[in-house]
Amino acid sequence: MVENRPYRDLMAYLVLLMGVVIVAFPVYLAVLGSTFDAATISNGNMPLLPGDQAGINYSQALLSGGRLAREPVSMMMLNSFIMAMGIAIGKILISILSAFAVVYFSFPFRKTAFWIIFITLMLPVEVRIYPTYKIVADLGLLDTYAGLILPLIASATGTLLFRQFFMTIPDELLEASKIDGAGPFRFFKDTLLPLSITTIAALFVIQFIYGWNQYLWPLLITTKSSMQTIVIGIKKMITTQDALTEWQIAMTTAVLAMIPPVLVVIFMQRLFVKGLVETEK
Amino acid sequence: MAGVTLDTVRKVYAGNVEAVKGVSLGIEDGSFCVLVGPSGCGKSTLLRMIAGLETISGGAIKIGDRVVNEVEPADRDIAMVFQNYALYPHMSVYDNMAYGLKNRGTPKDEIEKRVKEAARILAIEPFLDRKPRALSGGQRQRVAMGRAIVRKPQVFLFDEPLSNLDAKLRVQMRVEIKRLQRALGVTSVYVTHDQVEAMTLSDKLVVMSGGQIEQVGTPADVYRRPETRFVATFIGSPPMNILPGKVEGPGRVSVGGQMVNVTDMREGLAPGSAIEVGLRPEDVQAGTTGNSTLTMDVDFVEELGATQLFHGKVAGAEFVVQASTGQLAADTRSLTLAVDPQNVHLFDPQTTKRLGRQI
Amino acid sequence: MEKRALFSNKLLPYMLLVPQLIITLVFFYWPASQALWQSFLLEDAFGLSSEFVGFENYRTLFQQPEYYRAMVTTAIFSSAVAVLALSCALLLATQADKKLKAAQAFKTFLIWPYAVAPAIAGVLWIFMFHPTLGTLARPIKATGVDWNPMLNANHAMLLLILSATWKQISYNFLFFLAGLQAIPKSVIEAAAIDGSGPIRRFWTIVFPLLSPTTFFLIVVNIVYVFFDTFGIIDAVTGGGPAGRTTTLVYKVYADGRLGGDLGGSAAQSVILMVIVIALTAVQFKFVERRVQY
Repeated sequence: MVENRPYRDLMAYLVLLMGVVIVAFPVYLAVLGSTFDAATISNGNMPLLPGDQAGINYSQALLSGGRLAREPVSMMMLNSFIMAMGIAIGKILISILSAFAVVYFSFPFRKTAFWIIFITLMLPVEVRIYPTYKIVADLGLLDTYAGLILPLIASATGTLLFRQFFMTIPDELLEASKIDGAGPFRFFKDTLLPLSITTIAALFVIQFIYGWNQYLWPLLITTKSSMQTIVIGIKKMITTQDALTEWQIAMTTAVLAMIPPVLVVIFMQRLFVKGLVETEK
Repeated sequence: MAGVTLDTVRKVYAGNVEAVKGVSLGIEDGSFCVLVGPSGCGKSTLLRMIAGLETISGGAIKIGDRVVNEVEPADRDIAMVFQNYALYPHMSVYDNMAYGLKNRGTPKDEIEKRVKEAARILAIEPFLDRKPRALSGGQRQRVAMGRAIVRKPQVFLFDEPLSNLDAKLRVQMRVEIKRLQRALGVTSVYVTHDQVEAMTLSDKLVVMSGGQIEQVGTPADVYRRPETRFVATFIGSPPMNILPGKVEGPGRVSVGGQMVNVTDMREGLAPGSAIEVGLRPEDVQAGTTGNSTLTMDVDFVEELGATQLFHGKVAGAEFVVQASTGQLAADTRSLTLAVDPQNVHLFDPQTTKRLGRQI
Repeated sequence: MEKRALFSNKLLPYMLLVPQLIITLVFFYWPASQALWQSFLLEDAFGLSSEFVGFENYRTLFQQPEYYRAMVTTAIFSSAVAVLALSCALLLATQADKKLKAAQAFKTFLIWPYAVAPAIAGVLWIFMFHPTLGTLARPIKATGVDWNPMLNANHAMLLLILSATWKQISYNFLFFLAGLQAIPKSVIEAAAIDGSGPIRRFWTIVFPLLSPTTFFLIVVNIVYVFFDTFGIIDAVTGGGPAGRTTTLVYKVYADGRLGGDLGGSAAQSVILMVIVIALTAVQFKFVERRVQY
């Protein structure tokens, strides 16, 4: 419109710039914190430009971890990565199959099956945390990857997302496939799966971030420090007794913990936005 | 090749909705049969039952000599062209056409030979490597036809294949479909709601309404001698005028007090009883030739180029007359129309059936 | 809504559903029903025997002043975060919706905090506001305020609200931006022709048209504060000082883990479930209405 008055654009730039500064400042401080030694940080006068301890801090964190976490951060990152991948892939696998069943087959109890899955949408793991813990313990899955991953796969978001996508595929495509002699397996492999690629990728991005950032569940079921995820590890590095907290290592670990999911968001922004917006509909 | 036979075929949906109410129809081997009717008349359901995409609630469908009620679509030896083409968006044009053959285990070189040949016939050879989204509507339409041709099926099924095209392309593709069907000689069943398409394409025209067949015949028969008021007003454009009238005697009816002679009239109709008088806009002429005439008040004129449509009223009912441009002055306010007794159609106001001579 | 064309295999659909159903039954329905059942049981101190006590656990719960305090804390926390995060995000989204050259870059810079784990967000904010070494704690102290979120409950709460808001803005921003971009340009243009200025236009045209998004986000934000902020609280305050930042969810965790009161913890879980189901139901009812728009 004609109202492209310059001062209005300037206002917009200022507001957005302020937003970006607010959003970025805490992270900038963490990056700074990872470049100084303990003394510089704890005297409360950390400079606002990076120091020269980054090499030492990162190699110490990655290779030997801090005093309190006892495990190298690289180990924790590996655990986080396995858990995030397990959750993302597991969820995609079980939910694309169940959505295929619910959308493309007619069978008794179809509605029931759908509702059994659908209701899980409403209750996050936090509200049923202790009973779930007990079951995982009874199954002997404490301190295992299966125990970390499986309970978090039990949710309806993936199924709903795939169902929603399948509903947009024209009926005629299945009919043409039937006339072309394709049964359920062929239709799934030759048509449904290739068409679902972007949906799968979008769900993967969201679930990877979700898995990487899990806190309460791994906190409860991992007792061995070798099974710790990085988000848990960093919490253990910060204690109320200030003297024990190695802030430079904690901040280094925080930066390391943010890198994978933030990279995913930045480089797969289109898929990330798609996944986020569509899982919530 | 094979014909298709329908024997009292019924389709009942959940909730006792009867979409097709016992349709019997024989489609001869190699003929082009068009099912035409308004939306919801059951024509698509019927086609989809022939294809095997809908279950059959009653009756039997035969392709050739084989009852196919329980046969899977893939095993019926049919091919179908869908309204939205239903091309596989992620496959190339070549793969779209080859997919059905691959699934049947046709040897690779045979597939290639058939696809190439179909592509040549349909002039889509340059696009074989493209994805459907890189094609225009008309090209997609050709690919959809190609997918049907490569299969060399017993029967082609078309579900409103032209309705997604613009008007010009539609006319062009219509001619091509007809030419192709002639050349291949494959029995074809074609569903449309467009009566022009139906008239121009069909050897056998089937007019449907409310889940039943209204009339079956050659396009010329159906046009000349519609069996019901529905067929009379559905086939032909602009539609046939229907006027309220009264039986006066053998071969004579009246409309608003004006006498009209009729050639094709049932014997023994009681004088004084109500009757509906149908006249096609193109069948009435301005003038006083013959001994039956009607007077018409003209409201306005539509210009169509070669012809003009005069809209107005005859005996209080809406009436349209088609005349060659220049034949009548455009500011005509009142017309006297000469009615040829050969061109008068009579219908029963209750049953809406034609009241012609019994044959 | 159902597909017209379907496969009719008898066994296959069940086989496709089995993995998800097993996981859902074992890790969802079983624990959820256990929580319900346990909320009616009282365990002895050693966890060796338990007896059925009906609504006793619930009655005890509602006699605890701590429980009411957790409720109030949750209410303050969630409404403050929802209001702050929504209004900041709306402001940013309306600016980013303008045709600016760098709009895409700004968008990228504004959305990535979504990817930061809540617990990490908490750690970042403590580091920033730590009473002795926080870079931003110094200017606050310079104004004479005795800033100490470790000891002062109000300071602790403020820090929680800020860090939770910081993390949620990106999510709200994305949805507001999508909502704004979905408003037909012609509507705005019509309003401009009708002579309403940009600010008036925002409040009379844009904001009402955005209300489905806003409502949806309010519910999502409340659910977010209820559950996803667990990591932030555990990292920043651990529920303290003196339990003053303990929310309902945090209390479930603390009572079950530290106190070993499984019955009471289960009763709290059940109440939380009811709250979430109610929120979801409200949302669905609303979504249904939105469909008719």
